[in-house]
Amino acid sequence: MPRSERDFPIQVLLVEDSPGDVRLTQEAFRDADPAVHLHVANDGVEAMAFLRRRGGHGDAPRPDLILLDLNLPRMDGREVLAHIKEDDDLKTIPTIILTTSEAEVDIVKSYQLQANCYLNKPVQLDAFESLVRSINDFWLTKAQLPLPQ
Amino acid sequence: MTRHVLLIEDNPGDVRLMQEAFRGADPAIELHVARDGLEAVAFLKREGSYAAAPRPDLIFLDLGLPKIDGREVLAGIKEDDSLKAIPTIILTASDAQEDIAKGYQLQANCYLSKPVQLEAFDSLMRGVVDFWLVKAKLPQHR
Repeated sequence: MPRSERDFPIQVLLVEDSPGDVRLTQEAFRDADPAVHLHVANDGVEAMAFLRRRGGHGDAPRPDLILLDLNLPRMDGREVLAHIKEDDDLKTIPTIILTTSEAEVDIVKSYQLQANCYLNKPVQLDAFESLVRSINDFWLTKAQLPLPQ
Repeated sequence: MTRHVLLIEDNPGDVRLMQEAFRGADPAIELHVARDGLEAVAFLKREGSYAAAPRPDLIFLDLGLPKIDGREVLAGIKEDDSLKAIPTIILTASDAQEDIAKGYQLQANCYLSKPVQLEAFDSLMRGVVDFWLVKAKLPQHR
């Protein structure tokens, strides 16, 4: 549904354990689009609790988009991705891998597990901000996203 | 490095617009066209006259197609372990919520509606090329 016809805000779940990367992503989204409401899960277990509205996440909104790091404490990002894409209710949420890994094995494995897209976190700050703007511009304004059921 | 993009589209006007958009965006992109679902499946499985077809780095798929419908083509790609890792983007005139939800259920990587206005179409395609062929990491093929 085009952005203009949607109810605001846009809900984005960031699954990321590095406090520095969380902070940078928050700031970049705030600059790119104030309508984005960024929720943060610091590990894979918390991410699944948020998505299934369990353990203190009873009021969690359904995300319009998920940004998922691969290397996470407690439950790995690959496992989180597999759980999302095996769940008929959650599998329609576009899930983007955002990781420092450029290893071909991680790229292929993520697409095999039906990640919607795979992105490398740039080390340079301005490149990171530019990537977040691109995510916002492409996924949250150009792409059609499913409405929450 | 040449990037191979497979466009599955039956409307000659839309094929032409996509060819122009990709040529303008990046001459290293080689666009292959399948005009219906059957041809798309033959290309992807290298059947018949497609024995030498390259594996696409990216697929654009219309939904309303002759012979085999786009949803069926998508389901076939995503059920095939050798093809499922190829990012497959639905590009269709439909913006019906039912089609969008069904597309993501079938594990389309992304769903885009074709804008009617030419300028908006070009702008969308520039965005697509920048995001999917510059920023996104795609699986390599050997």
